[in-house]
Amino acid sequence: MAVLSTPRSAVQLASKGRPVREHLFRIALIASLGIAFVFLAALLSYVLVEGWPRIDSRLWENMPSVRNPDIAGAQSAITGTLWVISLTAVLTLPTGIAAAIYLEEYADKTRWWNRVIELNIQNLAAIPSIVYGILGLGIIARTFGLGFSVITASMTLGLLVLPIVIIASREAIRAVPPSIREGSLALGATQWQTISRQVLPASIPGIATGSILALSRAIGEAAPLLMLGAVSFIRFNPDGVFASYTVLPIQIFNWISQSREGFHVLASAAIVILLLILLLMNSVAIWLRNRYQKRW
Amino acid sequence: MTSGQRRLSAAATAAIVVALSAACGGTNTTPPAGDGTATASQAAGAELSGQVKADGSSTVAPLTSAAAEFFAEEQPKINVTVGTSGTGGGFEKFCNGETDISDASRPIKDEEKAACEAKGVKFSELTVATDALTVVVNKDNTWAKCLTTAQLKKMWEPAADGKITTWKQVDAKFPDEPLKLFGAGTDSGTFDYFTDEINGEEGASRKDYSPSEDDNVTVQGVSGSKGGLGYFGFTYFEENADKLKAVEIDSGDGCVAPSVAAAQDGTYTPLARPLFIYPSAAITKKPEGVAFLDFYVGNISKIATDAKFIPLNPEQEAKLKSDYAALKTQG
Repeated sequence: MAVLSTPRSAVQLASKGRPVREHLFRIALIASLGIAFVFLAALLSYVLVEGWPRIDSRLWENMPSVRNPDIAGAQSAITGTLWVISLTAVLTLPTGIAAAIYLEEYADKTRWWNRVIELNIQNLAAIPSIVYGILGLGIIARTFGLGFSVITASMTLGLLVLPIVIIASREAIRAVPPSIREGSLALGATQWQTISRQVLPASIPGIATGSILALSRAIGEAAPLLMLGAVSFIRFNPDGVFASYTVLPIQIFNWISQSREGFHVLASAAIVILLLILLLMNSVAIWLRNRYQKRW
Repeated sequence: MTSGQRRLSAAATAAIVVALSAACGGTNTTPPAGDGTATASQAAGAELSGQVKADGSSTVAPLTSAAAEFFAEEQPKINVTVGTSGTGGGFEKFCNGETDISDASRPIKDEEKAACEAKGVKFSELTVATDALTVVVNKDNTWAKCLTTAQLKKMWEPAADGKITTWKQVDAKFPDEPLKLFGAGTDSGTFDYFTDEINGEEGASRKDYSPSEDDNVTVQGVSGSKGGLGYFGFTYFEENADKLKAVEIDSGDGCVAPSVAAAQDGTYTPLARPLFIYPSAAITKKPEGVAFLDFYVGNISKIATDAKFIPLNPEQEAKLKSDYAALKTQG
């Protein structure tokens, strides 16, 4: 709030000078925010109203059923999503953060290959996810022989969100003032000590936010996993990284295309669960950010 | 790189197992995470374990899923999974040895057979149910009670593209209502079958219609426009009979309405079609595969009725059982 109040009062002061333009601009800004917000609110209220009758313990205690929407649940999809996302985080975050540290702290930016890597990472972030699905199917599932398993899904989703993790982590690392590094080095710390004790802790808030955004993208993906053998009917929770699995977006997609109305209600309820998991992840990011935030 | 990742994934597994067992502490259905991938060969015994992977047609998937669900009451430790890659996508994985049973809404094609042979995947074909592709129109459509296959062809053939836009152009007796077409997406076996039977060539269709893999879109489209027409499986029509009207089909021997009886006795031509499963020879040698297929074939009419499919007629059911028996003795 403190941050917000300063520019606002500045705007109020200035607006006395040329009120019409200022007001128009402000209305345009609020309208932009409003559009995003109205759509989100509409979607949220729709799934809540539609799914309300089925948001109960059956949803996470029961396994899917094609025979009766009243006893059907999404337990295997919920555990599948948790498995896939946790493993994606474990595989992607260390790799992505390490790559970001290299690119920010060690890489010589005057060398052409480092510039090529940079450009490539930015391009990779824009590739449609289904392409990663094809890549995962050809290389991870078939060439590596990992099959249609949790680990294949996680590795593919990991590749999909790795560019986002790298870009966000680099921004966060770059935001640490150079004076902190210089101070640390001047006191005799090695470069690694400077990075691990000063730069990284200081950039955790930004890295966490970026990583959660990346994982949030991964959790909602269905297209690449359709290529990777996420099944639409499974009555077992994954029992290892090589197990068959399904995830919530696929379960939702499957229920929506059923003919019986009861399954459409279930789909909405499952969307609410997916949103809750997302919200939970975002809250963790906010908590991390607040806990580690430093001001210089 | 792979060995590094494998090591990483081992560490990952440990971390996740801990995290998940904490997360799922409240529910008791989670099997213990430690026992890894269960091996199949616990011979005989009342309770088997293991996994049977089915994939393929999204039309057949509800039937196989229903079979899996009933089967779970008998053999709760056999994990039957059902995917919906489409008939073609299912065969692609099946012939690569990645699945055990392929669901199909059309017979396997020659090139798919060749792919299976190249990989040494042997299989057999079992007809498990019947589907009646149903042509539907809007409730307010008072003129198209019965359509001939020639009229359907006039609407759907490639030459109709951009030209046949009103009902009057299909038949002078029909009103001058705009014709709005909704159909199956080009990846589905339903599309292959419909174009083959109506237009005379598989995959040949006009392009300017609304295609969708999701039949709900067709339901909404047709129920929302007076001149709408679409097609999908009979099950889907039954569930939405209050919103749509089914058209009778005349293939030369008079008008026949789609129904369970007409599909079973073969009078609903040419749109009644058989639905198949293709078990691999490998799975018919494993105890968990045999248990599942025994159950599927043995309870086929109960499963089909429950999943709202058109069950086989007694002759077809007898043929299924003898085909399956032959398959088992052959292995």
